[in-house]
Amino acid sequence: MSIISRGFSGRRSGADVKLPPGQYLTTDFPVLSAGPTPHVSLDRWELTIDDGTKVLRRWDWKSFRDLPVETFTVDLHCVTRWSKLGTRWEGVSLDTILADVESDASYALAHSYGDYTTNLPLKDLMNRKAWIAFRFNGEDLAPEHGGPARLLVPHLYLWKSAKWVRGITLIHEDQPGFWEQLGYHNYGDPWREQRHWGD
Amino acid sequence: MSSHPFDYLDGNAAGGELSNIFALDVTAAEGQCAHCGATKPFAEARVYVRGPGLVARCAVCEHVLLRLVNVRQRLLLDVRGMTYLSLNASQSQESA
Amino acid sequence: MWRTAKVVSLRNETTTARTITFEVPDWPGHLAGQHVDVRLTAADGYTAVRSYSIASAPSSDAHIEITVERLPNGEVSPYLTEELVVDDRVELRGPIGGWFVWRTQQAEPVQLIAGGSGIVPLMAMIRSRASAGSNAPFRLLYSVSEPAAVFYRDELRAVSDHDHSVGLTYTYTRVAPEDWPRVPGRIDPTLIASATWPSQHSATCYVCGPTSFVETAARLLTGSGYSPDKIRTERFGPTGDRQ
Repeated sequence: MSIISRGFSGRRSGADVKLPPGQYLTTDFPVLSAGPTPHVSLDRWELTIDDGTKVLRRWDWKSFRDLPVETFTVDLHCVTRWSKLGTRWEGVSLDTILADVESDASYALAHSYGDYTTNLPLKDLMNRKAWIAFRFNGEDLAPEHGGPARLLVPHLYLWKSAKWVRGITLIHEDQPGFWEQLGYHNYGDPWREQRHWGD
Repeated sequence: MSSHPFDYLDGNAAGGELSNIFALDVTAAEGQCAHCGATKPFAEARVYVRGPGLVARCAVCEHVLLRLVNVRQRLLLDVRGMTYLSLNASQSQESA
Repeated sequence: MWRTAKVVSLRNETTTARTITFEVPDWPGHLAGQHVDVRLTAADGYTAVRSYSIASAPSSDAHIEITVERLPNGEVSPYLTEELVVDDRVELRGPIGGWFVWRTQQAEPVQLIAGGSGIVPLMAMIRSRASAGSNAPFRLLYSVSEPAAVFYRDELRAVSDHDHSVGLTYTYTRVAPEDWPRVPGRIDPTLIASATWPSQHSATCYVCGPTSFVETAARLLTGSGYSPDKIRTERFGPTGDRQ
């Protein structure tokens, strides 16, 4: 049993807003990472959708930026317990990205530049639930926050919103990604506090 | 494609967490990267601690050497990134 | 394993840093260069853990010292530097680390290079050398932003004045004292050449500070002829915080 440190409360703040269980509100935008920030030049950047065998769709930066863009405001919930509300983004909806993609796959594995991966059910990318986001707060997305472009899936914990996204593989059998292999919940719904295996 | 904005620590920073698992000092242990074969003291690994878990990467090729996650009362350890870790059995963590 | 430590004294080193002396029952002893993890627990069970280098020399009593710098956005350092009082208790784990250590049996020349709060474990080495009566030749290159940021100034002066086998060079990155021969700036090859053991001495080097400082210093050392296996490094976070 730990001793209590007199007068220590940490960084957390109470707030009147409704947060998922166990979260605290932050006005910062903490940078968390599992590795070095990749620096991807726009003339080499690509986004691909593949089925594990062949590429189904590919965009370079120019063709990606020709896609219809949405502006949206969402709340972010990180499994390390901070929540940042009302964040403004611009990005391309996964509904646009996956339109005309024919697949009977039920799952997706997102890949980043670097070696990060994360998995989720394909339906959690559809129906206005996910974007490839490239602008935050009116500015180009900074590299430490996942720029040039990141996946954004705000209804799940933020580790599912793969920074520096380079592609999404559509798969028939679910495949745990980087953190899901090592203790983190396979789905990750903040409102049901699904942080870890067995939650 | 990656650059080094100095956002990492080194293997010394992982010593405390790893002491929950290893009875012997890990920072002076020699490890071989399973990806590039580089052999170095674990103290020289690049360690990322600001995240859902601790990730140690090879200072030469940046591939993951070791990952550690603390989940409630369980510690999950993945050491697939090292071919071996060679520890000095004549000195424990706390001896001079 | 966590031990409960009691604060027995506090000493300000600068306006933002202070040394905390702990009494730690059953302290197993330590080597110069090792660190401890400090754990704080709030009333609701929330915990925070940070690593701090041990500043004191190995000794046979159950007291150890750490020197903590208050970081502007820190979560733990403001508590340790401003809130903590004598008789408060924290939990400590350690000593930790077997690589970045100096053992009193080492007789070869030693080159210490400190960036900011990286001086702390190197000071433990200087103190360990003194208390062991070692004659190992030591040189310290200590880089700080400005004179007011120096830790242990009086003690370092006393050591280098009285013991000619301990050489001391300060260097300033932002503001230097009046009439300082070197314009404020980061360490560079000229400074390394003038302030460190020539590589033929085969000194063992210990470099500690923020990551960017350590990478620069290590690169300069290898550039001046040091073999990488003679260089031991310990990185603090970009702001000097080891978390």
